[in-house]
Amino acid sequence: MLIEMQKVVAGYGGAPILHGVDIAIEERDIGVIVGPNGAGKSTTLKAIFGLLKVTEGIINFEGRPITNTLPDRLVPMGLGFVPQEKNVFTSMTVNENLEMGAFIRQDDISATLDYVYEMFPPLREKRRQNAGELSGGQRQMVAMGRALMSKPRLLLLDEPSAGLSPRYVGEIFEQIVKVNASGVGVLMVEQNAKQALGLASKGFVLANGQNLFTGSGRQLLDDPEVAKSFLGGQG
Amino acid sequence: MNEFIFFINNVLISGLILGSIYALGAIGVTLIFGILRFAHFAHGDMMTMGAFIAFLLALGASALGIHGPLPNGFLVLPLAMVITAGVALGIDRAFYAPLRARGAKPVTLLIASIGVTLMIQGLIRLFFGVGTRSFFESEPKHLIRIPVPLDGVTRTINFTEPQVLMLIVTVIAVLVLHLFLTRSRLGKAMRAMADNPDLAQLSGINTALVVRVTWIIAGALASMAGTMLALDVTLKPDLAFNIVLPIFAAAIVGGLGQSYGAIAGGFLVGFAETMAVFNWAVLLRPFKSVLPDWIPNDLSIVPTEYKLTVAFVILVIVLLVRPTGIFKGAST
Repeated sequence: MLIEMQKVVAGYGGAPILHGVDIAIEERDIGVIVGPNGAGKSTTLKAIFGLLKVTEGIINFEGRPITNTLPDRLVPMGLGFVPQEKNVFTSMTVNENLEMGAFIRQDDISATLDYVYEMFPPLREKRRQNAGELSGGQRQMVAMGRALMSKPRLLLLDEPSAGLSPRYVGEIFEQIVKVNASGVGVLMVEQNAKQALGLASKGFVLANGQNLFTGSGRQLLDDPEVAKSFLGGQG
Repeated sequence: MNEFIFFINNVLISGLILGSIYALGAIGVTLIFGILRFAHFAHGDMMTMGAFIAFLLALGASALGIHGPLPNGFLVLPLAMVITAGVALGIDRAFYAPLRARGAKPVTLLIASIGVTLMIQGLIRLFFGVGTRSFFESEPKHLIRIPVPLDGVTRTINFTEPQVLMLIVTVIAVLVLHLFLTRSRLGKAMRAMADNPDLAQLSGINTALVVRVTWIIAGALASMAGTMLALDVTLKPDLAFNIVLPIFAAAIVGGLGQSYGAIAGGFLVGFAETMAVFNWAVLLRPFKSVLPDWIPNDLSIVPTEYKLTVAFVILVIVLLVRPTGIFKGAST
């Protein structure tokens, strides 16, 4: 298992938001977490990345326990996180943003820079431009590129399509599939449930901080219960 | 023409010197604000402390009979900067770090820094007394006079050797800082943390290391600015405490968290102060015969004693017109 959460209870100090969440994905998987607002989707990612306190349950990464480990230790272990908002250094150039993603590395980063620019061609021509001047879609590319610079084996994405125009949503999803094909496990939270489950090998439907349904993306899309409760109203 | 040279001496040269000192102080204030998100009120006293450390080292050098091509105050400056940076790290470890670990609010850290101010001033008075000292007790302060080869000009352009060295040192410091922030991995990490601390942490940037580097730079620049101020005037326990408010004004005017803004703000406030206290009537003197009688003999904007108010007038105007400072800075 690349990442495994078992019966995780977590919150921001007050009442817990997650009440026993189970997540498990393999190296080759794209895992997608969907669910209504306030279900604890983003909280699940933050619990993995040590951004809030896990009070019960365990989280393992490649078989090693990482429960309540802080980001500065998780990044060197091989995890990358792309938050939903404020996910670029706006006053720094695209290239500097990518360099910051590789801060933990002591080796030569030029091959990884090339890999990221291959993955996101529009960034290459904007490499000297401040990330704050880019469009929403391009910023998302910078954010993902930054996280890829540490050569993670698992990439956590919090609503990568949020706020993007439909044209860019498809593009970003395509790139996520490409990243996954290059050997990076992906676990993401999405509002565009139908589209995201369409490319998921593992899907998790959360509600009120608990797993409601788990299965392959196709299984969830075809499940009339899931469709009725979460996918019905959405295009 | 004599009047114009008087203007150069009193406004241009004084403004450059004052601006350099403000700029170096304001860079430290702005870096600390950018990284640690609090107004480091004790920064002026860190400058004074740096000056006293340099003074002790210079005394030691004189006692050993060392007299280089430069005044001893400049010879010992690198060592004084290293020691002050070390003390700054120690102050952070002892007073600010425990508060940060407990998640203290910026205002708590500000209050703590006022405590540090009182402590540093107390320690300086305890060891050096309250009197005024000079770096030039054992060596001469060279005055440089440049005659202007024009008819009827009797006045010379005057400045001191320390003032020239001071400008050179400031330019070097700013260039080195610029290269550090734009070329080095750690310098970029500093900018990243000032830009977006959460994302810096998520990227695996060693934020504790960035904090240490910030104190090292702020401490070293504070020592440089304090020593230069003491070399230009004299050394006393409240040397830089008196200018901590204009330094903050410079940092805010430049946009908090913006190093280049702090430099611009420092020179802006420095020149504004020297121009405000300059008696502009002097420049009108050659035309006295053709000008009406009612023009007064004193046309300075504010009396010298009120020089400090100039910084605040600029601050108020900038905050009204452009609240984030000239360069877009952070706001709290």
